[in-house]
Amino acid sequence: MTSARAVCATLGLTALMLLGGCGEGPWNNPNPPSPEGQLVYQSVMSPAPPKHLDPAISYASDESLFIFQIYEPPMGYHFLKRPYELEPQGVEDFPVETYLDESGNEVTADSDQIAFTRYTLKVREDAHYQPHPAFATKENGEPLYLFSTAEEGAGYKQVPDFPETASRPVHANDYAYQIKRLADPALGSPMLGFMAQYIVGMAEFTAGLEALDRDGWLNLDDYPMEGLEVVDERTLSITIKGRYPQFVYWLAMHFFVPVPPEADRFYANPGFLDRNLTLDWWPIGSGPFMMVKNDPNSEIVLERNPNYREDYFPTEGEPGDLEAGNLVDAGKRVPFVDRAVYRLEKEVLPLWTKFLQGYYDRSGETHGNTNSVYDQAFVVGPDGVEMSADVADHGIRMDPDVKPGIYYYGFNMRDPVVGGYTEEKRKLRRALQIVFNVEEYLAIFRKGNGIVAHNVIPPGIAGHLEGEAGINPYTHVWKDDQAVRRSIDEAKQLLVEAGYPNGRDARTGEPLKIFIDVQSQAVGKTQMNWMDRSFSQIGIQVEFRPADWNRTREKLLTGNSQIYSYGWLADYPDPENFLFLLYSPESPLVCKCDGTNNSNFENAEYDELFRKVRVTPPGPERDVMVARMVEIFREEAVWLYAYYPKDIYLANAWVTNTKRHGITKATLKYINLDAGMREQKRAEWNQPVTWPLYAGAMMLVVLILPGVIAYRRRQNATARRNHNG
Amino acid sequence: MLAYIIRRLIYAIPILVGVNLLTFTLFFVVNSPDDMAASQLGDKYVTPEAIQAWKVKNGYDKPLFINSESEGLQSVTDTIFFNKSLRLFAFDFGRSESGRDITTDVSTRMWPSLAVALPSFVIGIWVNICVALMVVMFHATRLDRWAVFLFVSLMSISYLFYIIGGQYLVAKTWKLVPVSGFHSEGDVWRFLILPVLVGVIAGIGSGARWYRTLFLEEANQDYVRTARAKGASEMKILFGHILPNAMIPILTGVVVLIPSLFMGSLLIESFFGIPGLGSYMLDAIKSQDFAIVRSMVFIGSILYIFGLILTDISYTWADPRVRLN
Repeated sequence: MTSARAVCATLGLTALMLLGGCGEGPWNNPNPPSPEGQLVYQSVMSPAPPKHLDPAISYASDESLFIFQIYEPPMGYHFLKRPYELEPQGVEDFPVETYLDESGNEVTADSDQIAFTRYTLKVREDAHYQPHPAFATKENGEPLYLFSTAEEGAGYKQVPDFPETASRPVHANDYAYQIKRLADPALGSPMLGFMAQYIVGMAEFTAGLEALDRDGWLNLDDYPMEGLEVVDERTLSITIKGRYPQFVYWLAMHFFVPVPPEADRFYANPGFLDRNLTLDWWPIGSGPFMMVKNDPNSEIVLERNPNYREDYFPTEGEPGDLEAGNLVDAGKRVPFVDRAVYRLEKEVLPLWTKFLQGYYDRSGETHGNTNSVYDQAFVVGPDGVEMSADVADHGIRMDPDVKPGIYYYGFNMRDPVVGGYTEEKRKLRRALQIVFNVEEYLAIFRKGNGIVAHNVIPPGIAGHLEGEAGINPYTHVWKDDQAVRRSIDEAKQLLVEAGYPNGRDARTGEPLKIFIDVQSQAVGKTQMNWMDRSFSQIGIQVEFRPADWNRTREKLLTGNSQIYSYGWLADYPDPENFLFLLYSPESPLVCKCDGTNNSNFENAEYDELFRKVRVTPPGPERDVMVARMVEIFREEAVWLYAYYPKDIYLANAWVTNTKRHGITKATLKYINLDAGMREQKRAEWNQPVTWPLYAGAMMLVVLILPGVIAYRRRQNATARRNHNG
Repeated sequence: MLAYIIRRLIYAIPILVGVNLLTFTLFFVVNSPDDMAASQLGDKYVTPEAIQAWKVKNGYDKPLFINSESEGLQSVTDTIFFNKSLRLFAFDFGRSESGRDITTDVSTRMWPSLAVALPSFVIGIWVNICVALMVVMFHATRLDRWAVFLFVSLMSISYLFYIIGGQYLVAKTWKLVPVSGFHSEGDVWRFLILPVLVGVIAGIGSGARWYRTLFLEEANQDYVRTARAKGASEMKILFGHILPNAMIPILTGVVVLIPSLFMGSLLIESFFGIPGLGSYMLDAIKSQDFAIVRSMVFIGSILYIFGLILTDISYTWADPRVRLN
């Protein structure tokens, strides 16, 4: 009976524990109670938690989700307007551009003597940092938390442990300090190599620091950089080499946010690094939110920055925004939420369940929901992807997002079979382009969530054309107001003209076999089978070479690939950011680096145009050059296929202002919630079903009871009865 | 016994060096320091200078095993293997490739791992032993045959099925507990019920069947027949005679696992959002963070060796005839 009693005791205990949980709302609520009177936004972070939150080091979209809420770069993007529109954020107005010749004399914008461009920025007067112990001082003005030994500060494990905090206005020098941090070799910023090509004196600054024997905090203010000038407390000028109109877009990235020197001094305290007390984990910004908890293993919590400047929801958007309800909060002060909790959710299934139970306000922040795990949520209807009935019942809203990016399979133009610039080679590549039915591919493998790319430039960016003018005439024709893929017969004819009738080499009779390098995690067996069938329509055999990204990268660096897969997401909404994917100096074989022209495409006219596009401001002259470059891309058939990725994000009915922005992640301040509706829906959707508890208890009794009876019978049986029995 | 333990600890050193060497070799067969640098720096605008700078900053700019440019002992010590792996013997785990202190991370994350693994382990053993003893009591009956059938069926089901099934039924359909999550403060038990339940149920098949085999062997011994002839109750025979005599094989399988409980479970932690060491290891492998991988393998090896020593010691407790010398 001992074990039966123990089982009963365990059951009783479990039941008590469960019943104990029914006091405060639904039993399955995974969220702790919100602080009284605070509007809390509940969301998830990426399955791979952020590794860097230092704006000089980080370069991942999952990380910028946090960085952009905490820091405020000089420039930003209008939340609602499309095409994407730059606007001042941390500065009062657009930077003033001044052109200089080799001697530093001012010249006009159309001069051919331009050797440098100077950007002058005026910092906002009302920009203040969040309260932080790094700013706390003693009465004599010295930093309060400046320790000489690790033991002195050993009691502080996290930033919220410091009782005293303070703040100060953002100074122009803080922007200059951060640019110096980009150049600091000790930080290893991914931007150093790229920016050193432009910012005057950056490479020399780095070399100077490399020569230093460093120990502890190095005040970068003591080391000047030629291209930086702090004119006064609120004015900064940055001088770059030559002309680079795209530089203003870089000012909207987190690499150029203000960082106070006090931050580095504070985190350089002895012993802080051992407790992960670093700027990489505890940012100090002037943005709308500040970090109050950083447990990348579990959750990251942001709270409204009480010192954030006056900022308001935009009063205008793109056509259709008013009707879509995107301007309901127009003119109201932002941010709306007091606190944002991002939980780590490694698997999609629990994430999805909690979203449907109402415990997450949105289904994700940085990754869309169109993968196979969400199949149950979507159906493909006549108008594209729609929500399934049970999901629609919850009032869930879809936010489609056409990313300013492109995914593609490219030809290696140096490959002896598919590469080359002769007419035969072009025809071979065009034949392959035609048989790869991208429309079908997207319908089958991405549930229609993608747009066939006829152009290297995605929608929403200058140089992308819609309609008949925007189609690739080598792969499609315009018929009945839509692009129709050319026929298989045309592909076969091209193959004949290329010297491969019926997919066989006309000279040797050998069948044509192509090799595609695929990333093993990204492409499944079904996709490979589909591609195999596509190419077999014109008699071409295909062999796939799956490999992880490291091996694929190795092949790209050495040019040992025939057809490879790649993708590019825009850093800024300018055609230059896509056209450089085919600029010959960007070929890894030319630059001996991780270049982006993995097709190793070389075309003198394209290169010349690219150099001009790079320095020409937006306008008709530039548009003509961009159009010609796109034409060359189509003529040469550089890529096998391409599409613009489209994702779907879901939001529960109580969340508003969830319009996706393809470039910036600084959108949390616009999110608004109806907390009352959320509570009501959560309670409605999460009534516990208790009968399984009773059924489970009954089942255990049913299982144990016969055993107990049999045991008793056996214990009470006599030897004689047993024998006879 | 002390001499025995010291001897075993000395034997552990070459094992640890071997494990380190193997981990190091396997890791760098798949990843080069350049791959690691590219992975840490991101995919865009990565210049060769940036990769080189990252390698210098993180100590990956040296040869793997032998530095032909150095002379004497330095040709061995001025290498990645010496600097990265052998430092572990001083329990200097250093920093992860992303700059976090590994010792701090490990000491923080082992508690959530333990919070799930310990109850699963203890309750699991208790349930398995009870079920196995009960089945042994009805040996060679229809109940016994059905129980074995049930055990084999339970063993055949994938662990993932238990997890997903448990989440679907208990958390999603019946809404009795949170589907995943963990909070270090407050009502943490609410998050532990489901993973512990899943862990226990998933282990019943193999556990109870294994114990049944052990107990059956003992049940056929003469001392059991003698006890029964003397009129001892079945409970007394099972818990008072069979169980203690089957302790040696039970301890062999169980005690070795105790120290490893700190290491957590990859699947359970991943699906239930437990911020433990299992998911720490998984993340490190995914992000090519060699610093964490080597530290975790090293800690795992030490705990395993410690578990083996504990097993030996436990034999002396279970069977006074055993002497360690």
